[in-house]
Amino acid sequence: MSEKEIKNLEAIFEAKIARDEKIEPKDWMPEKYRKTHIRQMSQHAHSEIVGMLPEGNWITRAPSLRRKVALLAKVQDEAGHGLYLYSATETLGISREELYEQLHSGKAKYSSIFNYPTITWADIGAIGWLVDGAAIINQVPLCSTSFGPYARAMVRVCKEESFHQRQGYEIMLTLANGTPEQKEMAQDALNRWWWPSLMMFGPTDDMSTHTEQSMKWKLKRKTNDELRQQFIDQTVPQANILGLSIPDPDLKWNEERGHYDFGPINWDEFWQVVKGHGPCNKERLQTRVDAWEEGEWVRDAAMAYAEKKAERKVKQAG
Amino acid sequence: MSLRKHDFRENGDKIDYILTIADNSLILGQRMGELTGHGPTLEVDIACTNIALDLFGQVRSYFQYAAQLAEKSCTEDDLAFLRTEREYKNVLLVEQPNTNFAYVIAKQFLFDHYHFLFLNELQNSNDATLSAIAKKSIKEVSYHKRFSSDWVLRLGDGTSVSKEKIQKAINDLWPFTQELFEPNEPEEKAIDLGYGVDIAKLQEEYKQAVEKVLIEATLEELPVLEFYQRGGKKGIHSEHMGYLLSDMQYMQRTYPGMKW
Repeated sequence: MSEKEIKNLEAIFEAKIARDEKIEPKDWMPEKYRKTHIRQMSQHAHSEIVGMLPEGNWITRAPSLRRKVALLAKVQDEAGHGLYLYSATETLGISREELYEQLHSGKAKYSSIFNYPTITWADIGAIGWLVDGAAIINQVPLCSTSFGPYARAMVRVCKEESFHQRQGYEIMLTLANGTPEQKEMAQDALNRWWWPSLMMFGPTDDMSTHTEQSMKWKLKRKTNDELRQQFIDQTVPQANILGLSIPDPDLKWNEERGHYDFGPINWDEFWQVVKGHGPCNKERLQTRVDAWEEGEWVRDAAMAYAEKKAERKVKQAG
Repeated sequence: MSLRKHDFRENGDKIDYILTIADNSLILGQRMGELTGHGPTLEVDIACTNIALDLFGQVRSYFQYAAQLAEKSCTEDDLAFLRTEREYKNVLLVEQPNTNFAYVIAKQFLFDHYHFLFLNELQNSNDATLSAIAKKSIKEVSYHKRFSSDWVLRLGDGTSVSKEKIQKAINDLWPFTQELFEPNEPEEKAIDLGYGVDIAKLQEEYKQAVEKVLIEATLEELPVLEFYQRGGKKGIHSEHMGYLLSDMQYMQRTYPGMKW
């Protein structure tokens, strides 16, 4: 293809995005667009799959049948999200095996929040309330992102996530209105999950490398700091209703800004976890690798059986 | 809490019968739930979680009914979480560990075929609630049966490795199946009173159905064994059960009397 032709395609592509039209898998797209989308979408898919583990940790110990069923359904929804996000990523010309390989080798990232341990039942409430709450704020703008398959997947994901968030909040509400021991469990979970939840929005804008390009492609519509502020403003009143306190002595309403001011985030901790040294990084990855390796003979069997069945069909037809 | 503290009076036998049915779904569901997030593929993970969800849904219907029959106040969660090991009436088969995926499938397969035939008959129970639960559940269980049978086919007629694994799992679990067809006391009374299923009569059809799949899966025919394992229905469980219950009952035991 000549340089002129490429320029022409680029112009068409950019005009389409400017008109808020979707880019579909068969449309021409710049290589960087494809790569960036593979990176972000697969990272998102991996987060769903790894995210099943901290919550799955409590399926066998859920405190009531109702909670057990809700938790199983929630973790199953996450598997479903992973599935459509992987499928949407595959439309960009990469296979599921390659994507798994990137996760298992540590090349691809997933949301760092899942490298924290779930040590009490209240953590299941806190994850639903805070982690899913933060995820929704990150993801709602993606429902109108430029790449069609991603935008459509996000519409469904967001609907389910907001259900999960309400469910998580309801767990917290039950604990907060329960015995002193239960309330303490809820407060402890909030203390441990608050700061990592704020870190889910990524580094501050002056440190963030991908923002500008992502804004242009509508992979991002607000900056990390704007989204973080939105999350804090939304969550503080919810904590007040629970009668729980946010573990930030500097948190206070700023009349002039119309937002809450908040204290400094521990970015050293953020980078420690991102670089693989969080409390559960090794375990989470190992669990995924184990599930994949232990499942190899099962996948091989399914493949061999499908081939035999197809052969028999051909023979019968012949 | 021990159920013995409850005074069930004339409903006692029926409650015990309901527990005999429901505990199988409870413990099998608990085992299936262990797999969530660890399945061999994402699709299988989702399907297995679905089975666990169906089973717990059934458990809730049965336990809510049993709790309603109990004269002293008692909830579905009391029944699920606050009995002693000796008070659970599930068969030994369903509490067996998920040694590998072949055991997950073999256990499910051997139970599903029984479960389907059982629910088919329970639909005719003279107890309207049990009949209604059976009518609802059999649709789900017919899917479970298809899922586990399809996987027996894939593993049996897949690779030499998978064939060896599923054959070993079937061989190891088969001795636990005889118990499914041997009524315990509450079951005998239930049969006499017309609300229970005469399970002994299902055994021949069960063997044929299971064997049909095994043959298609190029696996060995069912062995006729001299010795079988039994005891679960009378509350005498394997050593695996205590660990399963320690997990399952952890919250209710650690924080007694709280609402979640």
